[in-house]
Amino acid sequence: MSEIIYDKNNNAHEVTDFNDDVEGARQGMWLFLFTELMLFGGIFITYAVYFFDFTDDFVQASKNMNLWLGGLNTVILLISAGCLAMSVVFMKANKVLESKRFLLATIALAIAFIVVKYFEWSAEFHHGIWPDSPTLRGMSDGANMYFGLYFTLTGLHGLHIILGIVAMFWVLGKVNNGEINAKKFIVLENFALYWDYVHLVWVFVVPLFYMIGLSTGGAH
Amino acid sequence: MGHHVDETASFYKATHTVFGHHESKFLQWIFTVDHKRIGILYGIVMMIFFVVALGTAGLMRYELMAPGADFFTPAGFNQAFSLHGIIMIFLFIVPGIPAIFGNIIMPLMIGAKDVSFPRLNLLTWWLFLAGASIALYSALSGTGFADTGWTFYAPYSIKTDTNVVLILFAAFLLGMASIFTGLNFVVTIHRLRAPGMGFFKMPLFVWGIYSTAWIQVLATPVVGITLLLAIFERVFGIGIFDPTKGGDPILLQHLFWIYSHPAVYLMILPAFGVISEIVTTFSRREVFGYHAIALSSASIAGIGYLVWGHHLFSSGMSETAKIIFSFLTFFVAIPTGIKFYDWIATMYKGSIVMEAPMLLTVLTIITFAIGGITGVTLAAIGFDNQVHDTYYVVAHFHYVMLGGVVFMLFAGMFYWFPKVTGKMYNKLSANISIWAVFIGINFLWMPMFFAGYLGMPRRYFDYLPEFQIYHQIAGIGAVLVIGSLLMMLWNFIRSAKNGEECGENPWNGTTLEWHLPSPPPLGNFAKTPYVDFRPYEFEKGEPKVKDVYQDTKKETK
Ligand code: HEM
Repeated sequence: MSEIIYDKNNNAHEVTDFNDDVEGARQGMWLFLFTELMLFGGIFITYAVYFFDFTDDFVQASKNMNLWLGGLNTVILLISAGCLAMSVVFMKANKVLESKRFLLATIALAIAFIVVKYFEWSAEFHHGIWPDSPTLRGMSDGANMYFGLYFTLTGLHGLHIILGIVAMFWVLGKVNNGEINAKKFIVLENFALYWDYVHLVWVFVVPLFYMIGLSTGGAH
Repeated sequence: MGHHVDETASFYKATHTVFGHHESKFLQWIFTVDHKRIGILYGIVMMIFFVVALGTAGLMRYELMAPGADFFTPAGFNQAFSLHGIIMIFLFIVPGIPAIFGNIIMPLMIGAKDVSFPRLNLLTWWLFLAGASIALYSALSGTGFADTGWTFYAPYSIKTDTNVVLILFAAFLLGMASIFTGLNFVVTIHRLRAPGMGFFKMPLFVWGIYSTAWIQVLATPVVGITLLLAIFERVFGIGIFDPTKGGDPILLQHLFWIYSHPAVYLMILPAFGVISEIVTTFSRREVFGYHAIALSSASIAGIGYLVWGHHLFSSGMSETAKIIFSFLTFFVAIPTGIKFYDWIATMYKGSIVMEAPMLLTVLTIITFAIGGITGVTLAAIGFDNQVHDTYYVVAHFHYVMLGGVVFMLFAGMFYWFPKVTGKMYNKLSANISIWAVFIGINFLWMPMFFAGYLGMPRRYFDYLPEFQIYHQIAGIGAVLVIGSLLMMLWNFIRSAKNGEECGENPWNGTTLEWHLPSPPPLGNFAKTPYVDFRPYEFEKGEPKVKDVYQDTKKETK
């Protein structure tokens, strides 16, 4: 029940109700994404600076990456973003069960991403590579910078995935109790925006960390 | 939602909480989602920390009364100015006017019933409280408060064994609070303006808050990531700022100032907004150059992003970069100057009423101009090389922050105190404290321009004997300033209880908050007004539009 007021000429005007303002919620999410963009932007700029300083070292260090695992995770995230989009589409069409299934699929894929990431990091630790490790200190300054940025960026990104998983369970709860439905699905839609963003960050991580080593003749 | 809350009762009597229904008054306050109460909650916490930081400043001034270490150990002095600077910046002046008046007054000014995301609003206060508590804890535990200064420059900040990680994390949380406040305000101003109120019918304070909110959203995350990187540096040794591992410590300075210079405008733009409100109300005249003031806020916010390099003139930067940054810095002075002329033009031929808020505003225009003009001198590269890291710079930024932002925060308190409490402050006490603080700040910081110019470096507990006279004059000023600021706070505390009833509109203000009862009811406008008038329409010294106020009154009685 929104409030209606009248101007001098008796034209009716609807007053926006902050409790039920879909457009406001959408704008809020976009602003949040701008913030996130600036946050990750800070790391990408740092990357740019050190890539400029240590181009050869970066290319060399990148050869230590497992391109297959990075590629696998890219595919996983890509499919998960698609699943979430389907979830929104089905919700709009009032097919709650299908929508829920796709949401669950997204959660499963997000967990798969984390598992792959876990194996990747473990492999690096196994090779003696972690921030400030003796092996790393023995490598070039550029390699040190490369791995410092790699762990920072993928760590922060991983944190976003984990928070995303937590949030998806919360969204799932709202779907289950009917708070998200075919008429009111802005929360689901906003979450899908977030997930697209997280996915997009990864799309930049892959070439910058996994693929720069390729151009100079591939792995050996 | 089950129980009924009376929307027309004063917001002190009734409130909405984030969950449940609480009998306890205390719980009703700390879980409130009402923007007016949240503003007051912010105000209380901020003022407590402000007094702590003032106390620290007093002790530093005491130390500086004579050369040599009399009160602090040298290391203790480093911690003292860091504590003072960090509290003043991150806990007081950055949240500052937006967190208090942006919350309490801005929604009233645009005819809204609350902000767009009231629960998020409460969350920001909790984040703020968490950050503040961690800062406090870091001072009292282990190796004690950070001694890095408020700027956390590497490599020192990654080497010192004081509690740097805690304070970095605290600042990160405070940054999050600031981001979400900004986000909330942008959406609120986009979405919840009363019907009829186009952007160019908004009061100028709302313009100030709007420009600020964009800076909060877009610049704060940059410092957020910088603080995180510094934390990772200390905890994991990632090496990004560590020269022994190939890292570049200057990069931290760049990243830091990419945020912290826009943050300077984030502090001053809301203060400019308050000036615009007070000057028009007490000149009883429509503001001169409304569009110019509104758009200059926006352009200051924009250009403010591109000037950070002037903090690094002596840190090692290419000559071309220096010249560009210097030029851009001169450039920001233009929109600021435009505002000053507009305010003065508004007063010209107005019928000025010298109530406390106006008195403090007029005096602030003087002190801020001193701070601003010395700021322009610092933008000149050659001169900056002479006075960089001296008390000249310290005097400059205290004139701007204390004599600009803090003064305007207090002017805003005098101005809106009657609206928020329904009571009038003690006018005599107000006038005495205002003159005292004005005289005090000039004693406190004017000598420091000279001392700095002659080579007194900043951040030292000790100095050569020839500087003693300057420090002693400053000491007298410090007593005056601290005393009069405490006197103002005391005035507010007492008057909130015993002040005279002031009625809805003691100042003859025109903007929408003056159309409401004082204190405003929980739901603000019982009937949302249709805004087909400009914000500052006066007729023969009286507000022209009164219908809104009468309509609302009828509804709420
Ligand atoms: C009674 C009022 C005040 C007094 C007596 C005072 C005094 C001082 C002193 C003595 C220093 C140390 C200067 C040095 O050795 O480099 C200082 C630093 C500083 N003050 Fe204040 N101050 C006052 C108010 C304020 C206010 C209101 C703010 C901001 C809102 C502020 C912000 C700072 C900052 C940012 C620093 C620099 C800290 C650093 O070097 O890291 N001060 N102040």
